[in-house]
Amino acid sequence: MNIHEYQAKELLAQYGLNIPKGYLAQTATEAEWAARRLSCGKDGRVVVVKAQIHSGGRGKAGGVKLAKTAEDARAIAETLIGTTLYTNQTGPQGKKVSKLLIAEGCDIEKEFYLALVVNREKATIGVMVSTEGGMDIEEVAEKHPEKITNVDIDPTVGLQDFTLRKLSIALGFGLGNTLSNQFFQIMKSLYLAFLRFDCDMIEINPLILTKQGHLAILDCKMSFDANALYRHPEIQNLRDYEEDEPRELEASKFGLSYVSLDGNIGCLVNGAGLAMATMDIIKQTGGQPANFLDVGGGANQETVTQAFRIILKDPAVKGIFVNIFGGIMKCDVIANGIVAATKELGLKVPLVVRLEGTNVELGKKILNESGLNIASASAMADGAQKIVKLVQ
Amino acid sequence: MAILVNENTKLICQGISGSSGKFHSEKCMEYGTNLVGGVVPGKGGSTVLDRPVFNTVEEAMKKTGANASMVFVPPPYAADSILEAIDAGIELIVAITEGIPVLDMLRVKKALAHTNGKTRLIGPNCPGVITPGAKCKIGIMPGHIHLPGRVGIVSKSGTLTYEAVGQTSALGIGQSTCVGIGGDPINGTSFIDVLEMFEHDNDTDAVIMIGEIGGNLEIEAAQWIKRHMKKPVVGFIAGQTAPKGKRMGHAGAIISGGKGTAEEKIEAMKECGLHVAMSPADLGSMMKKALG
Repeated sequence: MNIHEYQAKELLAQYGLNIPKGYLAQTATEAEWAARRLSCGKDGRVVVVKAQIHSGGRGKAGGVKLAKTAEDARAIAETLIGTTLYTNQTGPQGKKVSKLLIAEGCDIEKEFYLALVVNREKATIGVMVSTEGGMDIEEVAEKHPEKITNVDIDPTVGLQDFTLRKLSIALGFGLGNTLSNQFFQIMKSLYLAFLRFDCDMIEINPLILTKQGHLAILDCKMSFDANALYRHPEIQNLRDYEEDEPRELEASKFGLSYVSLDGNIGCLVNGAGLAMATMDIIKQTGGQPANFLDVGGGANQETVTQAFRIILKDPAVKGIFVNIFGGIMKCDVIANGIVAATKELGLKVPLVVRLEGTNVELGKKILNESGLNIASASAMADGAQKIVKLVQ
Repeated sequence: MAILVNENTKLICQGISGSSGKFHSEKCMEYGTNLVGGVVPGKGGSTVLDRPVFNTVEEAMKKTGANASMVFVPPPYAADSILEAIDAGIELIVAITEGIPVLDMLRVKKALAHTNGKTRLIGPNCPGVITPGAKCKIGIMPGHIHLPGRVGIVSKSGTLTYEAVGQTSALGIGQSTCVGIGGDPINGTSFIDVLEMFEHDNDTDAVIMIGEIGGNLEIEAAQWIKRHMKKPVVGFIAGQTAPKGKRMGHAGAIISGGKGTAEEKIEAMKECGLHVAMSPADLGSMMKKALG
């Protein structure tokens, strides 16, 4: 789960980290007032108006702007709120801006990169630092891999001083001075926050050194392990539902894994691997999948009904392919769910069903007796061919 | 002898009193698995499915001689149950539970490393392990689709494993052992671990490896196959059409920072001499071709 920059900064502020002061604004008036509270315009003080969307690359997309006066901040807010930003992470549909962070400006001497992330391969918490801050780190990794330092923290050993020294030296802060001491504190706090909130990632880009000689967190991105949210209600409350695609949000309420795609063939599948493979085979057969949908193994008739409803209500869907290999999932449960959902919403598009595995005969019987216009498939390749043909 | 489980496997189920634990314990017994008991803290002394229930794994092992455990404990308590089984020194743990927090799994992974190979964990978030020839199944897979044979299957995905099983059974090829390693980012056993076991197993002639987007285990496995494996391997990667940055059902199935795509994995498998099935419908026929 992702959160906004302003939320991440609020979480990290609890750890006493040096974060430029800022306020959330959802209207131009609020933006102006926030700028005034930050004394924008007095003694040359400036503020930064930052669009709050779940994406990196906001600066390049025009979502981060400097304001020299409170009136400036208002004008910028007026143009930003309601616009759609397109970054290399938002996809072609972009992300609509509805929230802004108005933050005090800083005198930047130098920018650095710092990130903590779970290292899947080594089963550690990986720390990545670079002297090239404020840039796209993937670009740095490609062009100047020598400017990136990686260390791994064994979670059963914890963050030790030798690791802090290694990172401090890599960033050019040296040892035994005020700069390295500040850095040690930041790293220790971030590591604690990472464990405390079950993070997937904390990325500080940039970490800055101010002209006054202080290290500060200028931008921050945090994401959390969805499996651990049950023990962090305070993090769950930070979820911004406006960031979710409506159908994905709807599906998540019923514990379904759903991802919206560009095509027109709706898919209902059990199991994540088979659901992905079903999308793949549709594409290979010349069609375009409208979604990824894994109903999971533990779904009951009610969740299957909800899943099928979500597909039926998608206006882009011109045909539906149900591909089930029942293990824990029983075919009759799927069949009953399909029948229940179509009774309510009707079935106006072609439906191809492939059932295999547990209770397959019972499932087929339920569908046959339903009177629905269903083309049955003997295997997944056969099903993909049938639905692609019917949609054309 | 196939791998991991056989006629000598004596199984306990941690979480046997829960609805899934009980249901699948019964299915395992029906298939032929020697289930000798269960573990539920606080319910020691009772019985489930006519099998004794113990408070601790240690006690269950002492009283029943169990050498394998199947974990059906809910996510908040699952890591603790796995750690208990590791501490008791059991040989094999198969964790079915989906949704264990990553940080919990990091600790489990380190505890496993400290056993120096004495304990092996399969999963979590996996369908389990089955050796049809020994009538031994630990997990949630539908037993009846399997056919004793000489092809090993290793997969991150449950239902795609069933797909591979269904296709090979239909062609009369059959399976030696099928291992679901699970779809989580941190798991107990990697592709390479299982491939190595299959390579040394006299009952296995060839292997089907089913991967998906996310991480780079499949690439490491392909390179390992090129260097160490003589038996033919059919490879498949799910998620060729998956968008970047979106989690596709499995916690580990995500293309992050442009890494972990199906394309790069398929490329690596081809380079390393695997028989790559581009379509999930071709797993069986590709294996038939590979066997010659």
